[in-house]
Order: sequence, then structure tokens, then C-alpha cells
Amino acid sequence: MRIGVFICWCGSNIKHTVDVERVAREIGRLPHVAYSGDAQYLCSEVGQSEIGRAIDEHKLDRVVVGACSPRMHEATFQQLMISKGLNPFYVEIANLREHCSWVHTDKEKATVKAIDLVRKAVAKIKHAIPLFSEQLGVNKRALVIGGGIAGIQAAIDIADAGYPVDLLERDSSIGGKMAQFDKTFPTLDCSACILTPKMVETAAHGNVTLLTSSQVESVSGYVGNFSVTIRRRATSVKADLCNGCGECITKCPKTVDNEFDQGQSKRKAIHTLFPQAVPNKPVIDRENCIYFKTGKCGMCKRVCIVGAIDYEMQDELLERAYGAIIVATGFDLSKPTHLGEYHYGQHPDVVTSLDLERMLNASGPTNGKVIRPSNGQEPKRIAFIQCVGSRDRHKGNPYCSKVCCLYTAKHALLLSEKFPDIESYIFYIDVRAAGKNYEEFYEKARQGASYLRGQVSKIEPMGDREKRLLVRGFDASLGEAIEIEADLVVLATSMEPKGDAKQLAGILGISTDQNGFYTEAHVKLKPFETQRQGIFLAGACQGPKDIPEAVTQASGAAAKAIIMFNRGQVKSVPTTAIVNQDLCSGCMQCRPVCPYEAVSSENIAERVAGQTRQRVVAKVNRALCQGCGACAGLCRSGAMDIGGFTSRQLLAEVDSL
Amino acid sequence: MTNEGFEPKIVAFCCNWCSYAGADLAGVGRLKYPENIRIIRVPCSSRVDAALVLRAFQNGADGVMIAGCHPGDCHYDTGNYHTRKRMVLLMSLLEFIGLSRERLLVKWISGNEAERFSATVLGFTKELRQMGAYEKARDLRCVR
Repeated sequence: MRIGVFICWCGSNIKHTVDVERVAREIGRLPHVAYSGDAQYLCSEVGQSEIGRAIDEHKLDRVVVGACSPRMHEATFQQLMISKGLNPFYVEIANLREHCSWVHTDKEKATVKAIDLVRKAVAKIKHAIPLFSEQLGVNKRALVIGGGIAGIQAAIDIADAGYPVDLLERDSSIGGKMAQFDKTFPTLDCSACILTPKMVETAAHGNVTLLTSSQVESVSGYVGNFSVTIRRRATSVKADLCNGCGECITKCPKTVDNEFDQGQSKRKAIHTLFPQAVPNKPVIDRENCIYFKTGKCGMCKRVCIVGAIDYEMQDELLERAYGAIIVATGFDLSKPTHLGEYHYGQHPDVVTSLDLERMLNASGPTNGKVIRPSNGQEPKRIAFIQCVGSRDRHKGNPYCSKVCCLYTAKHALLLSEKFPDIESYIFYIDVRAAGKNYEEFYEKARQGASYLRGQVSKIEPMGDREKRLLVRGFDASLGEAIEIEADLVVLATSMEPKGDAKQLAGILGISTDQNGFYTEAHVKLKPFETQRQGIFLAGACQGPKDIPEAVTQASGAAAKAIIMFNRGQVKSVPTTAIVNQDLCSGCMQCRPVCPYEAVSSENIAERVAGQTRQRVVAKVNRALCQGCGACAGLCRSGAMDIGGFTSRQLLAEVDSL
Repeated sequence: MTNEGFEPKIVAFCCNWCSYAGADLAGVGRLKYPENIRIIRVPCSSRVDAALVLRAFQNGADGVMIAGCHPGDCHYDTGNYHTRKRMVLLMSLLEFIGLSRERLLVKWISGNEAERFSATVLGFTKELRQMGAYEKARDLRCVR
């Protein structure tokens, strides 16, 4: 073993506090150190070739560099090793800058510490083992979970790049929340007008397969090679036969509340989610269908001329293989029933913003009229309450839902244009209108509404004949209590993670943050990736977002998948767990601590004293393992190790100090 | 015995993603702390085997520090939870065999908590200076 040691001055950054010549001299006396020297800038081209020359000249096979943090230049030095035909894990870096020269002032003490740190690195490199990453093949097919605007955008982008995509949606149609909106801020574009062409484009795209009424049951495998089980719920309508004539819907005798209209209208038991649904094939809601409840009726089957109704249809389990998964499951809006002061759910004229949104929609439950649900009359005065369930540490969510300020401004603007007689009062904490043209939009909305800065303490039914509501609040700009007699109260409810977001996170092996939204791999630099390689995030499942942001993230996530597909291969982490099966006792304590399910058990046959014996041992899937070492930290037999951080290496480091 | 002028030896295991990065940031910010600490980089705090801690004490460390990501922030999802469980257990074990649990410090320091890193090192060094040299674990070795 011939170790070369190089101490970097880093200009004066290290040299100023550490006597680099003395470090090099003292380290040169250690056994196995064949060369020890110092240089001005090792990371520079000059420095790199100096190391290269020394490797040739002194026939070095391992290198220790005393320089800046390995987090800074480890890759640079590893690259140099590769170019010299040496394994990249035969280089070790002693952190002499961030952990020594920059944090200490006493030159003598800092030099002693630097010698210790380099000696530690020399001790570690002696036990280094060569490591290799594997090239893993990539299945060039993507799964996008969630058919809202984010999922649609991601699917179209990947499909346009020429790769097949399955777009999975839980409901019977794609479209998501955006399909429920009337207009979008800040342009007041009709939501359906910009969304439905995209929905049609998705369905018509040769590379997109729609999997509606479907859910993910399980995910196994690893980046490039996921295996996913998908449950396609029985819709009781054969999609291949149905021509979408809608006769079944017309004749169905059972009506129930229409969720798409927030329960403000009725739909049939056999229904499409909304008129422009894609695919536009009805489904039977078995919970409400008379046939499924009593065995009688069968009206839809009788009227269907193509014989598409199939009451016997069963859920179908699909096994599909994907290279990448994009999670775009969106959000829920909170139901503020637990906030008793607002009387939501108790008084019919206290509604949510989405309820109002549906009313404003020309094809919505009221054909675009705004009414008081209690009597169907047009309200004279509407009170909007902002931050209901948002920015509320005690009873709601601590975060800002980000879009409510703007959608309320949109409502105020639409009302002032369409119904100039209606007075709008908006109770707010702050108005957050950061975004292109958002501030201007809000300023415009302000002209048609009264903005009152202050929170609402209580909403009380007034008990008068019109059943009006008294909104008690505080106007902070006047510094006094204020009361508004309102006919309709609209609550800007908060965006929340989907109710089953945690469950899906468990299936996917990704994590959720303190609020239940999916966690990106890095807050700033990796907003599309998750901790699990090959699984990406798009849209409001990662945190409250407006439409442009959701679309942006979707295209970004799609790009990440496309990059992977274009390369056709992914590199596995080289520093993975290694099992010494001779030592392994098969206790399998390592399996439950592995966050990546990379450890499994294996039966091996051994010849012991002339007999064949079966034994259980641990086995690591190198493609799944990310090299955290949780298994190695607890292995009682010392059979588990982590490449680059083996027990021998770490012990050598400890022993050297 | 007086602890006057005594400088403890501290071995620290820092996870690559949070605490090691926090220590780097302390450097970038030129925050000063005593020279007593020697940092060993590990991928995750859960990589730290109890045996490594004991070995450090045996080999003359007066204090051992293990630093990882804050609970919920682990780069590997759950590693620091395992660390927490194991180290609580190890502390009880240290006490049981008559060693001092105060000399083992487990801290959560994120990649942007440079101040917390330097303050922790300073605090721990001061405490260890007070406690004095740690001969007991070294004396436990069966030296022939």
C-alpha cells in the first residue's frame, strides 16, 4: 500500500492558521505514506496535475487530501482518481478548512488538530475498499398519480417527449379541482375553457393511457424499475361499448347530492362527474344505486341500446411496470365545522368559497346566480372571511394557503361586475398578492369591495325574518369593533393535504412534512424530487399552490422523468450496505430499520461437518439501498457494513485519535 | 485533582447531511469554537454503532458527541429515530456499567444551524473541562 498525502494551502485560507509544511512533514513519517507534500490550490488544474504526477512518480495507490470540506470537492478528487485508473473511493479528504483553519485562531493548536485530522484520514484510507455503482436499466414508462391540472400537464409533457404515460385518477374523470372553478385569477379566464381542451388533448394523445376510477394499491422496486399494483374500481359500465349517449342517466330514477356542485344540486346514481367529463362515460355509484341496494330496478340496463351496463363487473387489479412515478394528488379544502364560531354546517347561508365558485359558474347548480341557500333569494350583502383554518396555530393549520386572497379578490371582482347591487365586505388579516399581475388584480378588486383589516370573532344568526347573520369583527385600521349584517357569509377555507395523503406516502415510501404535504428532496434545489429516487412531485400535494405554480412544477417533474428516460440508465449509489453472510446470524434486525426495504432474507445452503445445512441470512438489494447505515449501526454480529464507512474504517478513525 | 489547564479530547460523529454540513457552515461563517473536537463523518447518525462510542472512550476520548438531523428531517427518513432509541439505551448501559452518561452528547443540528453547532461544541467542551480527564473507560482495558 502506497499512500500519497497532499495538504492544500487554499491560498491563505488554510495556511494562515495551519502550518501546512509541518503537517506534511509529520504525516510523511507515518507508515505506508509514500509521499507527503503541500500545494497552493489542489482543486485547481495545476494542483490536480501535481497530484496526478505524484501518483505516477511514487506509484501511489491511495490518496489523502487535506483541504476544504469533502462536501465541496470530493467529486473533483474522485474524478482525478478515475482518470488515473484508480477507484474513486481510494481518496479520502481531511477537512482542514471548514473544520479547522476557519474556526480556530491559535496556529499551534490548529496545526496539532490538522495533523490529527490528516492522520485520521490516513488511518481510514488504509481500510478503504473499492466501490462501484451499478448501471441500472430504466423502464421508459411513467405513471402519473392524479388527473388534476398538475397531473395532466406532467402526462402531456412526458407523452410529448415520446414516452408512454399512464395517467391515474381516482374519480371517474380527469380534471381535478380546476374543473370545479368558474374563473381563474388574475385574468378571469374561464377555467373550463382553458382546462377542457387540455383534458381532451390528454385523452387523445397516443402516448397517454387514462386509468380513471383507479387507485394505487402497492409499489415495489426501485428507480427505473417500479412495479405498481393498480386497482381499477368496477364502474358497472363497459367503457369500450358505451357510446356516451346519456340515456341511462336520463332514465335513472335515483337522485343524490352532486359532490361536484358541492352538494348544491342533484345527480343520478348512474352519472358522469360533470358534463365535460373525460372520459365521458357514465359510472354507477353502487352505494346509491337501487339495483345494488335492493336487486330491483335495472332501468339503465334496459335502456342501454349497446348493452354496456354490467352489474357483475368486478374490480380489476393491474400489474404495471414503470421507470418513474409522478405524484400529483392535489389537495382537499378544509370543512370548518370544528370552528363553531362561524356556524358553518349549522346555518345554510354560511358557505365556503368553493360553494360560491360553483354558484358563479354558468353551468353550475344555480346557472351562475348567487343565492342564499336558505331561501333562494339574491343576497344584498356578502361577508367574506379570510384565513379560515389557515394561519391558525390553535385550531387550524399554521401555514398560509396562498391562493385564498386572490380567489376572494376574484369573487369580489366578479360580483361587482355581474351583480353591482351586492355589497361585499372582506375581513382579512393580510392580503398576500405576490405573483405576476396579482397585486394589480387585487387593487382592481378593492375598488368594488370593502376590505376590512381584522379577524372575525363570531358569526351569529340575527333571528330576524330574513334569517340574516351578524358578523362581529374588529377593524384594525379603525381600532374598533365592527358588526356587519350579512345575507351570505363566504369562508375562505384552507388548502389541506388529501385525507389519505399519509397512506399513499406509506405505499410510495416517500415522506410527509409536519402539515401532511409531501416532502421534496431539497427545499430549494430539489423541488421536484422526493427522497425516493425516481418518484417526483407536482402540484398542491407538496404544498399550497396556485394553478401556474402547479403547472410549472408539473413540467419540471416531467422533465426530470424525461431526462432519466433519455439517458436510459440510472447509476446506483456506490456506498451501499454490504453483508458478510459468513458472519450474519440471520436475526434480521436490519430489515425493519431499513427505510428503503432494501434488506431481505435469503436461504443459503452450507456444508458443515460433511452435511448440508440451510441457514437464513440477510441480503441487500443494492439498487434500493441508499447507504444510510441504520442496519450497520445495529448489526450485532458485525456482518453489516456500509461501503465508504465500514466499521473497520470508522474504528481506525477512532483509534487514530 | 485540579482541572486547571485541562483540555478534553472530543470525538464527534456528524451525519453527512445535517450536522456535518452545519459544521461546514460554521466554518464558512468563521464562527470560533475550541480546538478540542475531532469530527468523524458518517452517512447518518444511525450508522454510529454503540461499539464505536465505547471504543472512543476506551481510546482516551473525554467526551463523545453524536449529531444528526432534527427528528422528522432525516435525509434517510427515519435514521435519527433509531439513533435516539439506541443512544438512550446506550446511556442507560453506560450508567449501568459505571461510566458517565454526561460524557455522551446526542444533538440534533441541521445544515443551517451553524450557530447551534459552534455553541454546542463550546458548551460541551466547557462541561468536559469541568469534569476533567476520563480515565475510567481507559482503565477498564485489560492491559497485561
